[in-house]
Amino acid sequence: MDYEPVIGLEVHAQLLTKTKIFCGCSTRFGEAPNSNTCPVCLGMPGVLPVLNRKVVEYAMKMALATNCTVNRESTWARKNYFYPDLPKGYQITQFDHPLAEHGYVNIETTEGGKRIGITRIHMEEDAGKSIHDESGGSSFVDLNRAAVPLIEIVSEPDMRSPEEAAQYLRRLHEILVYLEICDGNMEEGSFRCDANISLRPKGEKAFGIRSELKNMNSFNNVQHALEYEIERQRAILERGARVVQETRLWDASRSVTHSMRGKEEAHDYRYFPEPDLVPVVISDDWKDDILKTIPELPLEKRERFVSEYGIPPYDAGVLTASRALADYYEEVARLSGRPKIASNWVMGDVLAHVNETKMEIEEVPIKPAALAELIGVIEDGTISGKIAKEVFEEMWNSGKGPKEIIENQGLVQITDAGELERTVEEVLAAHPQQLDQYRSGKQQLFGFFVGQTMKATGGKANPKIVNELLKKKLSTP
Amino acid sequence: MKITVQEVGYVAHLARLDMEEDEKETFTSQLNNILQYMEILNGVDTEGVQPMTHAISQSNVFREDEEGKSIGVERALANAPDGDMGFFGVPRIIE
Repeated sequence: MDYEPVIGLEVHAQLLTKTKIFCGCSTRFGEAPNSNTCPVCLGMPGVLPVLNRKVVEYAMKMALATNCTVNRESTWARKNYFYPDLPKGYQITQFDHPLAEHGYVNIETTEGGKRIGITRIHMEEDAGKSIHDESGGSSFVDLNRAAVPLIEIVSEPDMRSPEEAAQYLRRLHEILVYLEICDGNMEEGSFRCDANISLRPKGEKAFGIRSELKNMNSFNNVQHALEYEIERQRAILERGARVVQETRLWDASRSVTHSMRGKEEAHDYRYFPEPDLVPVVISDDWKDDILKTIPELPLEKRERFVSEYGIPPYDAGVLTASRALADYYEEVARLSGRPKIASNWVMGDVLAHVNETKMEIEEVPIKPAALAELIGVIEDGTISGKIAKEVFEEMWNSGKGPKEIIENQGLVQITDAGELERTVEEVLAAHPQQLDQYRSGKQQLFGFFVGQTMKATGGKANPKIVNELLKKKLSTP
Repeated sequence: MKITVQEVGYVAHLARLDMEEDEKETFTSQLNNILQYMEILNGVDTEGVQPMTHAISQSNVFREDEEGKSIGVERALANAPDGDMGFFGVPRIIE
């Protein structure tokens, strides 16, 4: 039978606030264990949480960027369960009145565009981190991460393939990073994803029994875990058995999912309203203020780059990978007035150097104005494209402007036909043997003479003029 | 009966409360008294009344995103029965 996968994703994104959601402890990653803690995030009796305003603003930003309706009033709830990394015995989250609902993002798949619904976005606190002693009988808990602000973004079960799921995740990820509200680091856990997946016979309306997948810390892992799970469930259904509803962990080293058995058994969280926190009320004015801070998002930017600058969609995709890179390119394109050439330089030489040196775009020693100037002197014929590569290197290493380098090193292109003619004559006179061979029919030696002439001028000769001169000289004995 | 002994046992388990059978009986009857009283309140006509989640009618109490003082590892761990290298030590969590 032909089965169709039905996939929904839950994404947890850590917000880039300086402090935790309900107390003034720092959210910095990688500090000494338990150094960023206080009675509030340690869950001491008698303390009161106070909500960080920035958390609401950041969460609202994401909600508006993903076309959600921001609820006028949202409330807090306690989700009760016991685990050593949860000091209070409950997580403060939002339950029946979340911050925002009914949004969507558009994705591009190989079969075209598709809209993926977002059920809800709510705010909550993160749990601490536990590490396990392989040999001994203990686990160790670090509460630095406890109460770091999160938003949970729950999708509709709208995805029908692992590829769509990965596309949707990439979209959410790039929006969060563009909004500068999450650093998006999947390995450090700032962007995490759980997946719900079930199969149903093609054409069937009702959903099958789903499993929940956890522990996938890269886009590729999400895709591979879903692919694995589709095959696992298909095998179960094909032999007429039933899929067990359960949570399964992805094991990246063995490329399988395995049941978490028992650990999460029959969770009954007994949600109830959090008495320590009053409702969040969002006025239209506040919403409008946040709306004004939302920058152009990657998908729109990509489309605009294609239509405004006439660059291919692939190039636009590369250039909008980050806001900083897109801004850099756009400045070079505008200042040079040559958007296509600007795209070649930024995607080629600039990104190659950036990747090689692992630096941030902001740290690139060649400012957009300088690169635009370099493009200008190539376009007006002052230097050749070949010399331009050398000038670029020198600009990168010294931080000097292109004109200064060209002047100091005498790199201006030789376009004086008289001067070049003399050089060509010298080259021909110096290679009588090759000249004879050429004249007796060995046409491929033309390139040899071009090369020798370029060499004689230190690469500064205008290649077009050299070509013309050589053609003339070689055809007239 | 609003609540059964089994349900009391289940809730006790979720709350990690260790209860003897006779205690479960006692709590079941006490909880039923409370729930029966709630049943009287259920008789009130609340048509068109917004559910109340708070005793005070306040909203939007915020703090700014400014760093305050943490208490330090030593004080954080002062009450912990077990710990090592700045971590809280807990019985091994089985993965």
